[in-house]
Amino acid sequence: MTRHTGDDGDEASGTGASERHGDADDGTRSRPGVPELGRDEQPAIFVPDDEEGEGDEAAGSGAGEAMDPRTSTDPRTATDQRTATDGGVESATGGSDSAELDPDAYDPIDVFPEGDLDLRDGADSCYKCTSCDTSCPVAEVDDEFPGPKFQGPEQWRLKRKDDHDIDESITSCSNCMRCDDACPSSVPLSQMHNEARGQFVEEQMEKLSLEYVRNRILANYRTSARLASVVPRLSTFAMNFGPARWAMDKVLGIPKEREFPEFATRTFREWWRDRGGAQVENPDKRVAYFHGCYSNYNTPEVGKAMVRVYEHFGYEVMVPPQKCSGTPMFANGMLKDARRHAETNVENLVAAIGDGADVIASCTSCSMSLRQEYPELFDIHGIEDVSDHTFEALEYLRIHEDLDGALAESGGPEDDRELAYHAPCHARNQGLARQAVETFRDVDGVEMEDVGDSCSGISGTYGWKSEKYEKSMQIGEEMFDHMEDAEGEVGMTECPTCAMQMEHGTGYEIEHPLQLLEETVVA
Amino acid sequence: MAIDSEVLVVGGGLAGITAAVAAAREGADVRLVSHKASTLRQASGLIDALGYVPATEPSKPLREGPPTAGRNLDPDEWPDPEGPLADPFEAMDRLPDDHPYRLVGADALREGLELFDDLVGDAYLGGHTDRNALVPTFGGSVKPTARYPASAAAALASDDRPTLIVGFRSLTEYDARAFADRLAAAGVPFDVAGTEVEFAEAFRADAKITRLAKALDRDEPIDGTPAREALAKAVGPHLHDVVDDEGGVDRVERVGFPAFLGDDHAAEVRADLADRLGADVFEIPMGPPSLPGLRLEDLLYDALDDAGVRFETGTPAVGYEVDGDDRIDHLVMDRKGSEVPYGAEAVVLATGGLVGKGLDSDREGVREPVLDLHVPQPADRYEWFVDDAFGEQPYARFGVRPDERLRPLDAAGEVAYDDVRVAGGVVGGADVAREKSASGVSLATGLVAGREAAREVQQ
Repeated sequence: MTRHTGDDGDEASGTGASERHGDADDGTRSRPGVPELGRDEQPAIFVPDDEEGEGDEAAGSGAGEAMDPRTSTDPRTATDQRTATDGGVESATGGSDSAELDPDAYDPIDVFPEGDLDLRDGADSCYKCTSCDTSCPVAEVDDEFPGPKFQGPEQWRLKRKDDHDIDESITSCSNCMRCDDACPSSVPLSQMHNEARGQFVEEQMEKLSLEYVRNRILANYRTSARLASVVPRLSTFAMNFGPARWAMDKVLGIPKEREFPEFATRTFREWWRDRGGAQVENPDKRVAYFHGCYSNYNTPEVGKAMVRVYEHFGYEVMVPPQKCSGTPMFANGMLKDARRHAETNVENLVAAIGDGADVIASCTSCSMSLRQEYPELFDIHGIEDVSDHTFEALEYLRIHEDLDGALAESGGPEDDRELAYHAPCHARNQGLARQAVETFRDVDGVEMEDVGDSCSGISGTYGWKSEKYEKSMQIGEEMFDHMEDAEGEVGMTECPTCAMQMEHGTGYEIEHPLQLLEETVVA
Repeated sequence: MAIDSEVLVVGGGLAGITAAVAAAREGADVRLVSHKASTLRQASGLIDALGYVPATEPSKPLREGPPTAGRNLDPDEWPDPEGPLADPFEAMDRLPDDHPYRLVGADALREGLELFDDLVGDAYLGGHTDRNALVPTFGGSVKPTARYPASAAAALASDDRPTLIVGFRSLTEYDARAFADRLAAAGVPFDVAGTEVEFAEAFRADAKITRLAKALDRDEPIDGTPAREALAKAVGPHLHDVVDDEGGVDRVERVGFPAFLGDDHAAEVRADLADRLGADVFEIPMGPPSLPGLRLEDLLYDALDDAGVRFETGTPAVGYEVDGDDRIDHLVMDRKGSEVPYGAEAVVLATGGLVGKGLDSDREGVREPVLDLHVPQPADRYEWFVDDAFGEQPYARFGVRPDERLRPLDAAGEVAYDDVRVAGGVVGGADVAREKSASGVSLATGLVAGREAAREVQQ
């Protein structure tokens, strides 16, 4: 018997909602092929559902239902259909002379005209301890950045007034999401930041400005990468060609100091097609691989390692059609782009889940996005199922396989390895900051040293902007120092952009834990 | 399959860390999980053991009749707390019978403090004696504490050297002059003056304290002058601000700053400033955001790693499964929507009290949300509190009540689960805020809970 005791950590909602989550899970899990109904049916944030959504959002009462833990989430009950009020005697349900508060009519969220994502509950949970500010790597180096407490709950409240613009400093948030992990009160800080940034870009940013164009290009890395991969060698050369880089820096604000990653001569998906797809068939153990853009276009060896390791453990690997996870788009406020990509991803991943698969990502920002940001920001049908069924590649094996046993049996990699491991911020927020070190700490011939809990400073596209480059390197300094101090001369991390920063700051070659796992267990 | 370990510690604060290390030192395979980044970063960094023994009974009986808005009693009718105490151990017998210290005994506190000393090494002082030190805190009061960070060493109130307290206009919550006045009013045995200098003005008005610490860590140039030199220059003109009782002017021998003197290189920043000022430099522990708390967190998590403890943050416990009636089979952790079972042979619950959210409350009652352990409480909500905000608040002592081996008790007073131990703020019976005993209770109960959990595994 599993008793769900409703830890308060669950999203922004209170304990009541958590308990219901628990119950719902019990009822609906382990039924592959039947996506859950209900949980994901919540109104969208200000990004309109293509074409039809606007009217629903304006209706107002919908937002309250989904967010307020005090009211039933079952939209079929009549009590929720009526207009909610502040619960006082002047109830919009007709008013009452009774001095007793009617808990069903008590819905403070609807005090404000809505339409945006309703985060009042989260804003009210903030008791201003400033733990978020203390954990913010940008606030530590940037005098102009007012920190996550302002960007989150304070700005959210300011926005309730119609004449308040979003403060431009929201574009300096790097979306590392460390504030989420620091907040003892479970204020949905990154969700607030994502919403504010989306609104800023949508409503206040000059669409013809070079900054917008640059950010749009950075956010849509997949588009550039797809084009570049048609002629990978030429692209790698051209994009790093000195005069071209100088021009990019001057015109677009892409720092000339950075070296563009090399494009693979054969993408992961090409390799997958050429090898004839899955080599193992197993209807009982299926995973759908979300490789993301980087493993596909730049480091297919990570994707290949994933496939070989999972096939070694008897899994049938599926590689569904997919687009960008959205991470760089959230960080640049391009929520419409992110939603478009999410629709494709959710559709295909829900289909895979229907075939009995769990979703596996090798990039921790991809898994973060599918697990947390998707259900926080979009209301696509099935998006909660995707969130519930998504895991990081090593995490999934640690839960379902005897990985320690397999590693002990393997006797370690062929050559002794010394590695300097950096945990990406997005891994940290999924509770995965220590799993690589923990997995390999007892393996013969592997020395893996954690280079500390600092942020690498690149945060996806943040460090790819000329005006942020210096700050990005200042944030990364602590990690670089610790890497230099570590025994290993090879770096290791799950995040592709952290890997770029590690390489850029130290000159080390950087690997993914899956590659070490392949080397140890499969070889 | 589950994520298995012998001892599973839930909670990443001082109690959880102490329990995890204590269990690991007994040879157990230990994992520590915490919902969020450790709350140590919100703590002052001072390790108190027992500073006061507050009276639990009024000098005359409470008013008869049904309670209305709390129990009305003039605050003046409460006896003053006993203290500040010179010796925390000696006073323990005067605590209520069901206080955690009375359950686990003075030796548990002594050993808990020894373990702490061992984990933090030179970074903390005070271990040379059983007696409390008196350390100024940023409210302008003086706190009795068992251990203090090396950065506060020059701050001790028992020291009689003339002292300058430095503040900055941009740090609004910290008023150096009011602070110095309050210290003087408290009767400290030294001459003290407060002054506000221009240094933090170079940063934006609401610059984060971590920004100032980083600038000093890196000795960043501020308007062309390296940060440490700039700070020393700003303080320099005030080194003769202290006037003694006879009206004579003394050059100060120690200078107190708000606790932002560096993060990773704090000792170096302090030494550098002391050198430039020709006076000892100390930090005054502050509320959150707390650099001393952050530094302690770093030290203790390194110690966890050295002890071989596996740990992770970001995974809240959302459920559990029992094995028979009296044992926990595994806990269920939430990983961003996916529920993952964590198996263990023994569980230490160190999730904190009402502030740390190890206890949850609403209008209906107070409960322990992870394992649904019994939390004794008056049925009438109006008996949870008294009107005097600083009075003997019943809710302050709410919590899980354990036996002397720290096994949680159910409503009937029987052990609820044989393989569970409780430690720290989730344990009831102490009013840690008034007693100044939060760290000591965490160390003492953490130590016992950790050892007990390891023994449970080895049985």
